[in-house]
Amino acid sequence: MERPVQLAVENISLRFGGVMALGGLGFSVRKGEIFSIIGPNGAGKTSMLNCVSGRYHPQKGSIAFDGHDITHRPPAARARLGIARTFQNIALFKGMTVLDNLLIGRHIHLKSGFLRGGFYLGPCQKEEIEHRRFVEDIVDFLEIEHIRKRTVGTLAYGLQKRVELARALALNPKLILLDEPMAGMNLEETEDMVRFILDINQERGITVILVEHDMGVVMDISDRLVVLNFGEKIGEGTPEEVQADPEVIKAYLGGEASVFLGR
Amino acid sequence: MSVAHCGDFRQTYREDMKVLETRFIRVSVGAFVVLLYLFPLAAGNYLTSTVTTIAIAVIGALGINIVTGFTGQISLGHGAFMGVGAFACSYYMRVAHLPFWVAMPAAGITTAAVGMVFGLPSARLKGLYLAIATLAAQFILQYLFVHMDFVTGGSNGIVSPPPEIGSFAFDGDRSKYYLTVTIAVMAVLFTTNLIRSRDGRAFIAVRDHYLSAEIMGVPLFKYRLLSFAISAFYAGIAGSLWGVYTGYLSAEQFTIAESINYLAMIIIGGLGSVLGSIFGAIFMTLLPQILTVGTGALAGIFPKIGFLIMSFKEGIFGLIVILFLIFEPDGLAHRWRLIKSYWKLFPFSY
Repeated sequence: MERPVQLAVENISLRFGGVMALGGLGFSVRKGEIFSIIGPNGAGKTSMLNCVSGRYHPQKGSIAFDGHDITHRPPAARARLGIARTFQNIALFKGMTVLDNLLIGRHIHLKSGFLRGGFYLGPCQKEEIEHRRFVEDIVDFLEIEHIRKRTVGTLAYGLQKRVELARALALNPKLILLDEPMAGMNLEETEDMVRFILDINQERGITVILVEHDMGVVMDISDRLVVLNFGEKIGEGTPEEVQADPEVIKAYLGGEASVFLGR
Repeated sequence: MSVAHCGDFRQTYREDMKVLETRFIRVSVGAFVVLLYLFPLAAGNYLTSTVTTIAIAVIGALGINIVTGFTGQISLGHGAFMGVGAFACSYYMRVAHLPFWVAMPAAGITTAAVGMVFGLPSARLKGLYLAIATLAAQFILQYLFVHMDFVTGGSNGIVSPPPEIGSFAFDGDRSKYYLTVTIAVMAVLFTTNLIRSRDGRAFIAVRDHYLSAEIMGVPLFKYRLLSFAISAFYAGIAGSLWGVYTGYLSAEQFTIAESINYLAMIIIGGLGSVLGSIFGAIFMTLLPQILTVGTGALAGIFPKIGFLIMSFKEGIFGLIVILFLIFEPDGLAHRWRLIKSYWKLFPFSY
């Protein structure tokens, strides 16, 4: 069964001065799949994510999400359409508690402005409780109950990564972009994270775009993937197809296919 | 004898979201507010008007804490914004013949509009660059205070008429006290609620990580501008009340020194803390007065070097502020939290 396309990236070119970060890149991500972007350091993976989330503006090409052309929309508008992301270097709100971080995820769904918030009358309180309930579901799901009132800046690295994932989920997104969610984690933490990603994808039906260097994980859980090198696409397909692609093996792995087989 | 729960159990989210968490805190805060209202009955005029100035400073400090402490946009124009509020309120009362109760909110809104105009650079500027842009606001407004003499009376200054209800005028120390303290209490409540609801959280998000705030759907420019507006609104209210307090306004009351004074208040009290704004306002209002009394007394004891001791006042003031920043960089609010958590388990260490 062919699933409908959710994110269509066409012919994206991104330059920083004379440096070509992305050169005419195109791929499409289908609804409900786990789609990975891999490639050596500096290949343009994070730049690609930044184009989708709105932090970078490509000079050429277009990005369509759920039928909306989002190429020129600001990041906040993309969040409202249902695109969430996590960052390679944790980008949490360090001075806030875990709960407050997650409640920022509810920002686009909350209605009370500063006047209603300042007087904190009935509707505002009702709304806060309602969204607290939503956020607590995510807290349960990611098993971070014990730290919900802790200030994020005081948490260990692995937990912060998890809180960042929780914050992205709090947006209730349709598409989630994960930028190296396993970076710097030990085996156990990696396994937990993989389990969470699979659950997010299968139970919540959220499309996942994954940028990750851990090939074992990528090949295990991806439905399809695209391989970048110097801002250009050198391969695309299912993990099996990509692993067998001589071009990919040559450019990315220097001739050895065994790296794909995991740890 | 009733048996209390061993610990603090919450069973609903509503209970968990309470600002005043335990009954003890609720009773203490209630008692404090009652005492605040009984205070002028026991205290003399001097103390009463001192607390009035503290209450004005609390409102102003809350305002600058919203833009600087919570949203992370340094503002060096807060003193001038207070001036806008003060002159606007006086103008609306004298020229438009509005009652104070309309003129004060109108002055607040006027100041908010001015604050938004001078907040516009925050779209492109951050950190020190923005601080310099707001410093420009301070000097532009100060220039206008001196030269728009049809509103501000120019270098002569201008009167600020007292508020009235029917034939009762708020011109005594006590009535000014009650007016100011009531509005200050309202400002504290409003800020506390603001910070725990949607837009307040968005402010903190913009401060802590503006890039990811934007990715989470918080439009940066809107919230930076909103924080300038709300902050200036507070300044406008504080300025209006300052006018009521002094009865006379002039441009020299709203200089850069005033702006820096407010910035110092929230740094000493605690950035991004409502309680810190209150502590900072109290500290920065009382310290010069205590120093005046202290150096005055010392000069009385040592009359021969009296003039020397008196001139040390400013230096000692600066020294105390510096020592505070070194030993209590997180502000008085942080110290207060430490003290509270120490006494929580007293006399057991854990």
